[in-house]
Amino acid sequence: MLDAAIVAILVTMFLVLIRTFLGPTEYDRMLAANSFGTKTVLLIALGGHALSWNSFLDVALLYALVNFVGTIAVMRFFEYSNTSEERDDPGTEA
Amino acid sequence: MTVILEWLSGLCLLLGGVLCITGGVGMLRMPDFFSRVHASGVTETLAAPMLLSGLLLQMELSLDSVKVIMILILVLATNPTATHSMAKATLHGGQRPQEFANGKNIGGDGSSKP
Amino acid sequence: MRYIRSSLIVAAVWLLLSGHYTALILSFGAVSSLIVIWFMWRMDRVDEQLGVLPMRPRVLYYLLWLMWQVVLSNIDLVRRIWDPTLPIRPTWQRLDIKVTSSLAKTLYANSITLTPGTLTTDVREDHFMVHSLSPDGIEDLRKGGMEEQIQRLGI
Repeated sequence: MLDAAIVAILVTMFLVLIRTFLGPTEYDRMLAANSFGTKTVLLIALGGHALSWNSFLDVALLYALVNFVGTIAVMRFFEYSNTSEERDDPGTEA
Repeated sequence: MTVILEWLSGLCLLLGGVLCITGGVGMLRMPDFFSRVHASGVTETLAAPMLLSGLLLQMELSLDSVKVIMILILVLATNPTATHSMAKATLHGGQRPQEFANGKNIGGDGSSKP
Repeated sequence: MRYIRSSLIVAAVWLLLSGHYTALILSFGAVSSLIVIWFMWRMDRVDEQLGVLPMRPRVLYYLLWLMWQVVLSNIDLVRRIWDPTLPIRPTWQRLDIKVTSSLAKTLYANSITLTPGTLTTDVREDHFMVHSLSPDGIEDLRKGGMEEQIQRLGI
């Protein structure tokens, strides 16, 4: 069953990768990349157990942290690199 | 006892795998960014706990089990923050949620005030 | 007092993650814990308030209840995704809130986002902007089951 779960994760990674290439906007791509990162964490955790690696969970833990910080950083970058006319839209300022 | 644990872990892994694929299919089928966020939420909120608890039931109890639980808490705790930051950045970027019915765009920007 | 409690938590996490218990490695752990506490002390100049969820039985009960809500809405969403006609009707509406403290607001907004099918896009003084995959999702929130649970936590 572990193998089936790993195959399912790989299939999902493929589907998410299609969304990353299709886009259409950069936000869609980033959402797909974030989702891909979560899948990678799961893949490392399950695959490491299946192949009985040492200390694979540390790698997965670290990857989850880096994925989170990376998503936040890229999204902050998108948020503050827009043109000013779009930023003046009502209802968007926090 | 071990047989029950094995079956339980198999069930968790199977459900997690199915949910995972569902999230991927949802991300391809949904029509706009904001509805895709919901689809990606399926894989992150239920598929990840299912797969990780399936893994937890297969391992013998040790420090590694604590690490699996830590990964689980981390994924669940960071997912809303990341999702919120993405939604906020998208709104800042000028995109508005579209209104759809049965997968067809029926116009309107979805921001119907009550 | 707060620093003592935090340093104990940091040290416990370090011990759980490390798994090596020789004198040299343990001293590295002590040093890194102290560095983290030092960072915390420096960050207090920016923001004194540290919103910590108190670990009362009621809070744990709320988290379990939240997980159950997550499971229920996941089942609903899975049905929608696999339905060939894709029965979704996204709306983006204002949701008035009754909770006032910032910790309760944070918990409420995160709970809404964590539940698939609803998504908080904006947090204001007295309302949230919520995107929902179908009008049912936002109607359920208006009924206020989740909000009552949070109000009863007393935070």
